[in-house]
Amino acid sequence: MTEIILTPVGKIDIMIEAEVIIPDIFASKSTDEIKNLLVWQGPKQLPLSDFFDVKGNAASSPQETSIVIDGDVTRVKRIGAGMTAGKIKINGSAGMHVGSEMNGGEIVVTGDVESWAGMEMKGGLLHIMGNGKDHIGCAYRGSWHGMTGGRILIDGNAVSQLGGGMSGGEIVVTGSVENFCGIRQNAGLIVVKGDANRGVGAEMSGGTIVVTGHIKNFLPGFEYVDTQSDLTFDDITCQGDFLQFSGDHAIVARTKGALYVSKNANEGL
Amino acid sequence: MFSKNIICPVCGGSCDDIQVELKGDKITVKNACKMGNAKFQEVVSSHRIRDPMIKDNGKLKKAAWDEALTKAAEILTSAKRPLLFLGSETSCEAQEVGLHIGEYLGAAVDSNATICHGPTVMGIQESGCVGATAGQTKNRANLSVYWGCNALESMPRHMSRYGIFPRGYWTKRGRFDRTVICVDPRKTPTADAADLHIQINPNTDYELFSGLLTILNGKTPHPSVAEITGVPLDQMNQMVEMMKESNFGAVYVGLGVGSSYGKHRNVEMALNLIKELNNYTKFSLGALRGHCNVAGFNQLASYLYGYPFGLDFAKGYPRFNPGEYTTVDVLRERDVDAAFVMCADLVCHTPADCASYLAQIPMVCLDIAPCPTTVASDVVLPGVIDAMECDGTFYRLDNVPIYFKPFTSSPFEYTMSNEDTLKQLFAKIKSMS
Ligand code: SF4
Repeated sequence: MTEIILTPVGKIDIMIEAEVIIPDIFASKSTDEIKNLLVWQGPKQLPLSDFFDVKGNAASSPQETSIVIDGDVTRVKRIGAGMTAGKIKINGSAGMHVGSEMNGGEIVVTGDVESWAGMEMKGGLLHIMGNGKDHIGCAYRGSWHGMTGGRILIDGNAVSQLGGGMSGGEIVVTGSVENFCGIRQNAGLIVVKGDANRGVGAEMSGGTIVVTGHIKNFLPGFEYVDTQSDLTFDDITCQGDFLQFSGDHAIVARTKGALYVSKNANEGL
Repeated sequence: MFSKNIICPVCGGSCDDIQVELKGDKITVKNACKMGNAKFQEVVSSHRIRDPMIKDNGKLKKAAWDEALTKAAEILTSAKRPLLFLGSETSCEAQEVGLHIGEYLGAAVDSNATICHGPTVMGIQESGCVGATAGQTKNRANLSVYWGCNALESMPRHMSRYGIFPRGYWTKRGRFDRTVICVDPRKTPTADAADLHIQINPNTDYELFSGLLTILNGKTPHPSVAEITGVPLDQMNQMVEMMKESNFGAVYVGLGVGSSYGKHRNVEMALNLIKELNNYTKFSLGALRGHCNVAGFNQLASYLYGYPFGLDFAKGYPRFNPGEYTTVDVLRERDVDAAFVMCADLVCHTPADCASYLAQIPMVCLDIAPCPTTVASDVVLPGVIDAMECDGTFYRLDNVPIYFKPFTSSPFEYTMSNEDTLKQLFAKIKSMS
């Protein structure tokens, strides 16, 4: 793989939109060509070099291109949006919409991400080593289908509406989530290793959610089915005893949604 | 001078039966509620903003109209990304010009819904809305539900003009032909006036809607819901029976639904319930909109640009994503560098960090009376009072457009209306950039 290193220079006031930072566009471009790619700041388009120091050359194909961003880019939106191949590594935290609509390749963020990471993702791997905010892997506002494929790993916590409208793929959160995790999910898998506040699986009609911690406000539309131990979904495993529920019956009488919650952490359910 | 059938420009009720008598510096108002009356007094009020002002050394000083307009246009054209907050206390005609200025400048454009019923509008996008006009509910509804609102105090004439007391074609005995349910964690005057008060725990509306829907779907809700919501299962069953047995049900939601935790998800679930109830009887949902033309901006922005509020024109075409382009977010994230605020005291109604940022950046304000926003502004343009001093259009709470006529005229010779002011400002902006 050939590496291109972007180092943020100066402080960004109005946030920039940099959907050009993807291996698909960088591939087979010279350093100067990459420097002159345009990013949006408000209604203006400015060269990438106004905000980043660019080093290295791209490979001839996106598959062979690896982009390293060395520093904090919380005010840069849409990095990796729509990428289909190659790799992006962000050594720091990333702004909104990182990896949204990505179709392949890999993004690793060593810090935190802002909202809408992996929105409507179709394929590839998005690995967030810190915490995530709202709407990760979810649908665009008003749309019914969120992520349809690929995998999102979050080593820390996520906030609300994780995997909203999820229609495929997997999300694994090592920490906890807050509200409406898996809202309107209709396929795919969400695993939350920590706790959830409320609305887990709200309006879901298919797919699977596993919560290995405690759920504070359980939803009334879920019906007890069975008790099971040690769940396995291909390469993802969850140890312990789980109560299996079907739901959300508030929305669909005959739903295919399955919710597994830890038996020990949820006495009284 | 005596005028009748004047529209009240205060709350979303847009009452159209106001009578006023203007004699010199005295105005007598009939039929309006206390809130309405107070605003009519503004026409003759001594604290009305009567001159354009520009900030000089931290103090607002009187300026010539053209000078103030030029300065305002300079602020907006020299910004990297301005925020235009087109408040709801003015006509659709003025808001329309504002939206076009926003498109021209590539600005973020928003209105009051962003800090009130925005989530309700988003819920409608998610689920669709079975609605009804105020006339329909007045003539037909024999079950009215006030959910998360205190109509008697927030829209004082809703019950007497539209909702509960009026005698309609199929509700000939008025109040006696209607059953009223109030869902509210608080004991409010509206709850007292209702036949059934469901005292729900705060921030558990989603769970209650979900419980009711589960019952409607023929299932038994998970028993934990009673403790979570504070509403026993028996009471939920009772509610569902009452709803199913009504001839026409009208649910009025307030900010208790759209702005408690859960936000648009609460509204989405409420609308799902309404949809489902239409399998049994006729049911509708409407929001009790707080400001007179807050519904108007949503209608206007939707038909002009496809989205109801929180529009971003940076890329030349409209984009919508509450949380990214909405007022509170762009201010908190320091993602705009100038602001134009029309007919809304924004500084007073945003979180403290947003308000303090507004005070730091160049700001232009168009308003009728001094308020924290005018104090924090660099340019103040005096406002003309809609429905009193100029004509135009408001959208009522049920999204019915109401054309209003004035009973007096603009006190300024340089502008006839806020629409006129914005048109002059737009011309200045175009001549500069
Ligand atoms: S209810 Fe609203 S519109 Fe009617 S008079 Fe009172 S403030 Fe005005």
